[in-house]
Amino acid sequence: MSNSESREVDLIKDPGLPAHVHRRTDTDPVAAKRAERQVAILFSLSALGTLLLIFSFIFVSDETFFFIPVMGQTNAHQLGIGLGMAIALFCIGAGAIHWAKTLMPDEEIVVQRHEFRSDDEDRADFVKTVKEGAENAGLGRRPLIKRTLGAALGLSGLTPLLLLRDLGPLPGDDLKKTNWKAGTRLVTDPGDRPIRPEDLEVGAVAQTQPEFAEGKERHLEDIAKDAVLLIRMRPEEFNLDSERLSWTYEGIIAFSKICSHMGCAVALYEQTTKHLLCPCHQSTFDVTRAAKVIFGPAARPLPQLAITVDAQGYLVAQAPFTEPVGPSFWGRLS
Amino acid sequence: MTARERVAGNVASYVDDRTGGAKWMKKNLQKVFPDHWSFLLGEICLYSFIILLLSGTFLTFWFDPSMREVVYEGAYEPLQGVKMSAAYASALEISFEVRGGLLMRQIHHWAALIFMVGIVVHLMRVFFTGAFRKPREFNWIIGVGLLTLGIVEGFLGYSLPDDLLSGTGIRIAEAIIQAIPVVGSYLSYFAFGGAFPGLAFIPRIYVVHVLLLPGIFLALITVHLMLVWYQKHTQFPGPGRTEKNVVGYPLMPVYMAKAGGFFFIVFGVTAFLGAVASINPIWLYGPYNPGQVSAGSQPDWYMGWLDGLVRMSPPLETYLFGYTVSWNILIPGLILPGIMFTGLALYPFIESWITGDKREHHLLDRPRNAPNRTAIGVMALTFTLVSLINGGNDIIATTFDLTINQMMWFSRIAIIVLPPIAFIVTKRLCLSLQRADRDLVLHGRETGRLVRMPSGEFVEVHEPITPEKAWLLTSHEQLAPLELPEIDGAGVRRPAAIRNKIRNRISRAHAVAVPKATETERRELEGHH
Repeated sequence: MSNSESREVDLIKDPGLPAHVHRRTDTDPVAAKRAERQVAILFSLSALGTLLLIFSFIFVSDETFFFIPVMGQTNAHQLGIGLGMAIALFCIGAGAIHWAKTLMPDEEIVVQRHEFRSDDEDRADFVKTVKEGAENAGLGRRPLIKRTLGAALGLSGLTPLLLLRDLGPLPGDDLKKTNWKAGTRLVTDPGDRPIRPEDLEVGAVAQTQPEFAEGKERHLEDIAKDAVLLIRMRPEEFNLDSERLSWTYEGIIAFSKICSHMGCAVALYEQTTKHLLCPCHQSTFDVTRAAKVIFGPAARPLPQLAITVDAQGYLVAQAPFTEPVGPSFWGRLS
Repeated sequence: MTARERVAGNVASYVDDRTGGAKWMKKNLQKVFPDHWSFLLGEICLYSFIILLLSGTFLTFWFDPSMREVVYEGAYEPLQGVKMSAAYASALEISFEVRGGLLMRQIHHWAALIFMVGIVVHLMRVFFTGAFRKPREFNWIIGVGLLTLGIVEGFLGYSLPDDLLSGTGIRIAEAIIQAIPVVGSYLSYFAFGGAFPGLAFIPRIYVVHVLLLPGIFLALITVHLMLVWYQKHTQFPGPGRTEKNVVGYPLMPVYMAKAGGFFFIVFGVTAFLGAVASINPIWLYGPYNPGQVSAGSQPDWYMGWLDGLVRMSPPLETYLFGYTVSWNILIPGLILPGIMFTGLALYPFIESWITGDKREHHLLDRPRNAPNRTAIGVMALTFTLVSLINGGNDIIATTFDLTINQMMWFSRIAIIVLPPIAFIVTKRLCLSLQRADRDLVLHGRETGRLVRMPSGEFVEVHEPITPEKAWLLTSHEQLAPLELPEIDGAGVRRPAAIRNKIRNRISRAHAVAVPKATETERRELEGHH
């Protein structure tokens, strides 16, 4: 410390606040008058802005479009209202600031700060008051009160948790189930038409949903778990074990479309590489190897749906998904 | 006395008769504020918050926060006949059928972006100038709270219209909730009132977005400003400015005009953006459907760095006794942000632990004079910036003709390598700048004038700098590092030796500085010249 203290003594001196320099508007009445006019012009411009807003709001139809370079086809109604408002507000601000900077006093004022710390006497008094207060309440001397109060307060914290219980049902095994069952037909989404293998050419992709019984409505909660992608390729392009191969049908393979990472729709299929890509976080899945993750943050392949055809020749599920679809959760495997 | 003066006098006595506040009012109307452009950053946040309240209230008059399914029959032809939520349909109504509605929606969204930019840049100003030091630690913590809530509030805001992009964002938020060990799927079912997306979520976040969080904001902002008022604003160093005074202009009339005017300027600029710059064109995305997604899905910028962390995370998942822990979601989605925000909130206490400095500070630091702090700040910014860049990796890849894999690997390596490099480079730069300051004080300014000496030698003429400048460059304090005892008087290692040793070590690193020029040195050199 001694080193730094000696340096502080040897400081270059503070020359103090520089002398005030007058502005032109302080010394020259003509300049002051000019500044006054400038402020008035800015305020008048603001008024014009409001008039533009009123005019555009009432008299310009919202079907009037015109061309502006850079912005392209522009709606005159919207633009008039917006620009009018912008001009009206901006010019009030610019006028006020110009006024403050040119015509209001610009001499700097110096005021003293005071340390926040109170003097020792006040602090001692304060500490004493707190001590006495605590003493008078007798918390220290009556441990029974202290403990029961602590327990009561702690327990009462459970009340909001309990009252919030009915925010939603318990998940149960809801997250592990989908509407896919053995024999459920795959239908197009949108359109709800059953699909025959020959409807899909090699290289084609289709988004499908499980067929619902007449009258049952498809909600977003269903789509969030049921969405399935069908992809057709040449059977010899698959690189699957015999079980997974038996889940495909004539080169058609089906995967859950809900990303195993965070549940986005895995919507991008690259035909040349046979990769599926999730646009949210770029997890990339190799379709030929049962949607193995080859890139990105996803940790698991997309669940594969075993498919075949029914007696009428339509594509159906052989069985439900063998694992939960969508993002991971704690009890996923239990 | 003119009529106007009489009116002013009457108003003042009317107020004082009823409140007895004459003394208090006089004192506070003459409150002095130091002037610096960077002190306007916090004002921008306050004003955009007011703009958000005004434009947001306008939007609530038409917005229907309901996930009830409707068939759209409004003015926007491409979506006529499409099934969508009432929330999305009413957001379209605001955009196409309410006059000025689109403008207000765009003002609301732009104001939110400006609010968040304002907070982050204001935070950087406060950090790099050391304005968070005693006695302002509380206000720093409130600020960090406002930043955190701002991110949440913004996310909820762009989730409300229930378009395809916002639904995708909610889906990702749901996956983060669901990934929380043990209770995740329960929390998700409580939040969504059942399976995702359900019908409950939009009405619930609507109340949080328009009532709960704005209320908390209002309370925190009030306390934030009251503390600024009570503790008086910090000021930059300069001639005549000390730890014991405030140099500036009075509230009335100068700051009332300036600050009031600045509110209108911020509002005007926001309105201009709302008028000419399209933002979040929800009609292009279509209604949310969990089976669809648009390519190039991007969150707003203040969420972008979180999304970037999630994108670059390695595919780590562990299976413990049959239970799944998704590190690929937990680390970037909860653990890292948790560490970063906690570290940010605690920084004032960490620094005062390092320096052992418990005094009040009202004069700001020039960033170069606190090399270690500046380097830590730039390191954190570099980390966030790499994450933010990776949050737009798909857009960058398509724009610059890169592959997504190149982008991802760049980010994965850069996020580990670049922050330490940024730390070292920044620290060296700060010390170089200190050296330059020292040279400037001792040798003066280079004039660019070359003079040929009688001996034939060429020298450049240096001009001494003004006393004001010399003071500015040397008035900062250079604290010596801590020297806590590691061995006691009897030569025995103290129990706290290891802790003290670490603290001494960090303190030494923090106190590295180029010795500033002293008066003696200056005089000696002047004698030479």
